[in-house]
Amino acid sequence: MTTAPIHPITETSVGFGSRVHSWVISVDHKKLGMMYIGAGLIFFMLGGIEATLMRLQLMKPLNDMLTPHGFNQMFTMHGTTMVFLVGMPVLLGFGNYLIPLMIGARDMAFPRLNAFGLWLFIFGGLLLYYSFIGGDGLYGMGGAPDVGWFAYSPLTSKAFSVGHATDYWILGIMVSGFGSMTTAINFMATILCMRCPGMTFMRMPLFVWLMFTVGILVLLALPVLTGAQVMLLFDRFLGAHFFDPQQQGSVIFWQHLFWFFGHPEVYILILPAFGMICEIIPVFSRKVIFGYPLMVAATLSIAFISLGVWVHHMFSVGLPPWLNSIFAASTFLIAVPTGMKMFNWIGTMWGGNIRFTVSMMFATGFLVMFLFGGLTGIMLAVVPFDWQLSDSYFVVGHFHYVLFGGTMLAVFSAVFYWFPKATGRLLSEPMGKWTFWMFMIGLTLTFFPMHLSGVLGMPRRVYTYQPGRGFELWNLISSSGVPFQIVGVLLLVTNIIKSLINGRVAGPDPWDAWTLEWATSSPPPSENFPKIPTCTSPRPLWDRKHPEDPDCFYE
Amino acid sequence: MTSIPHTNLIPSSAPSRGKVGMACLIFAECWFFAGFIVAYLFYIGKSSSGPFPREVIDIKPVLVNSAALIASSFTVIAALRGLARSHMGVFRFWMLLTIVLGSYFIYGTAMEWKGFIVDHHLTISTNLFGTTYYSLVGFHAFHVIVGLCLLTTILVLSLMGHIQVVRDHLRVELVSWYWHFVDAVWIVVFTTVYIVGMRP
Repeated sequence: MTTAPIHPITETSVGFGSRVHSWVISVDHKKLGMMYIGAGLIFFMLGGIEATLMRLQLMKPLNDMLTPHGFNQMFTMHGTTMVFLVGMPVLLGFGNYLIPLMIGARDMAFPRLNAFGLWLFIFGGLLLYYSFIGGDGLYGMGGAPDVGWFAYSPLTSKAFSVGHATDYWILGIMVSGFGSMTTAINFMATILCMRCPGMTFMRMPLFVWLMFTVGILVLLALPVLTGAQVMLLFDRFLGAHFFDPQQQGSVIFWQHLFWFFGHPEVYILILPAFGMICEIIPVFSRKVIFGYPLMVAATLSIAFISLGVWVHHMFSVGLPPWLNSIFAASTFLIAVPTGMKMFNWIGTMWGGNIRFTVSMMFATGFLVMFLFGGLTGIMLAVVPFDWQLSDSYFVVGHFHYVLFGGTMLAVFSAVFYWFPKATGRLLSEPMGKWTFWMFMIGLTLTFFPMHLSGVLGMPRRVYTYQPGRGFELWNLISSSGVPFQIVGVLLLVTNIIKSLINGRVAGPDPWDAWTLEWATSSPPPSENFPKIPTCTSPRPLWDRKHPEDPDCFYE
Repeated sequence: MTSIPHTNLIPSSAPSRGKVGMACLIFAECWFFAGFIVAYLFYIGKSSSGPFPREVIDIKPVLVNSAALIASSFTVIAALRGLARSHMGVFRFWMLLTIVLGSYFIYGTAMEWKGFIVDHHLTISTNLFGTTYYSLVGFHAFHVIVGLCLLTTILVLSLMGHIQVVRDHLRVELVSWYWHFVDAVWIVVFTTVYIVGMRP
């Protein structure tokens, strides 16, 4: 194989217009991955603005900065944005960028389908956000959707959701969901068919294993959501009665369908984060990952169990006790493989020669924060405890620890780890340390007091609260964490822009890592590898750097 | 590099990415249909007013219909066998027969719907039976139509001489996978609607 570029459109065309054009028409998995992450970062800021408005509103009791209706729109758009337009695309973007590089392939299995998926996601997001302008419908009511991110019926019926706000929610999510499904198909085909010679399943980097599992979960969960949304559209436009209690339709049925999607979705959002941590912690601990086969087994069992836990979102609905008990038991069960992972990461760090780069700091922060969120999750699996705290701020605190403290910290860790690979330049470490501490302080200030206000009885999704109930202090502290997080985001964005312009040149392998993405130049050429690499062990690059002591001797 | 033993270099015997892609698509479609099948089963006997399934469903034409669709799965296998042996005439004949059988199925569904709508005044908004019936059977029919479009495209391309055995056998085979999937879903839908759903 020669080193001739596969794509004739190159960066040599200098003009801004032609450079944009080359990105728009690109089918290169690296460009698509970066566009996923970039677009996700923009939506992250939009979702952050919505969160900031909510925290400002809740800063003091009986505040009237936002109307009740506006507040409903904010929490709906914040939740929907963060789950569907930030979490999924950013994680799928990392998968897109890294999977072919890690398995020694030139591109994804279906490059054009890949580009199609990206643009479906972007247009789905734009469709959702267009609701701010076009959601009014004929009746002059609405605006952005205001039914919560899980859009419980009958709130979504024509009678209670006048105008087209809910329709934008349905269609925006559906379109970007189709994009995610095409990407998942691509992941599966790439991982099963495009591995370089010698890359057996048990030599794949754990990130690839985790993304493979995520692919299965996307293909299984998202069609159910799409089906439920089609039913909702039929209800709203054709007068069907799926979720219409007046014609014996069941509003609980929507909850079952939504959460059958919703709980695997939680793992779609956290498993890639696990994968990032599995790559980053060993490299910065200078030790191989502890218990690789157990990690794979734990991942697959998490995915399997996640199909049978959805009713724990519905304990307060009033389902029969035997059903609640079964789902409480399965929810406890899922803590076992997750706990295994936790111990394996700590086992990897144990006795290692740890280098606390910013990436490693975020990874360590992830361990702490995710453990905390996981423990409150186990608390919520206890049915009577959940009856008391369901739909309170305790739940909000719990899932923000998991999704912000877990997924987003892992994403920041991954940004600092792989940015040099994608751009050829290192992010500034001092500025990164500030970012880390801003996020850790902001996160703790904002989300820890939510557990307390929740235990004291503060319900979620209510636009204000009365004074004198003991909520004031905790809400004030929660709101005071926001500026720290804003500074964190601004520092990160500044860092990215500054490092793109004059960051330190990284070289192909700045972290002395072991996996194949570091075996090629930074940024990689459009064909990834001038010569398709071969793989002799789970750490092929180590073997190449240490021919006298290759890893494959110990396999 | 030289000291690394290459004896443990296992050559990758990877499956075709097209097959994996189509299998994944079919896997996802199964879960899509699962939602509508569960909805149908969940709402059996819950309609607050008629018409009810036993009053309107006539099983005989549906059986003929189903026979046509199931037969089309075998004709598409025969077509593929013809293509594999480069007998383009045989291939085209069986493809045409597959398309005719699939189209007959759609015609039969249309006639059934016409009877429901015109004679029994059952629409998607009449009751829960109408809601679940039209959405489940309708989505299946939609998938049959997509399959027919794919098969017709292949037949037209073949008549124009654009189908080459070596290059296109796998592609046609993948479309046949989709067609078998549509057929298999019909067996589940048939069981749900015309057997389980008919219980008093």
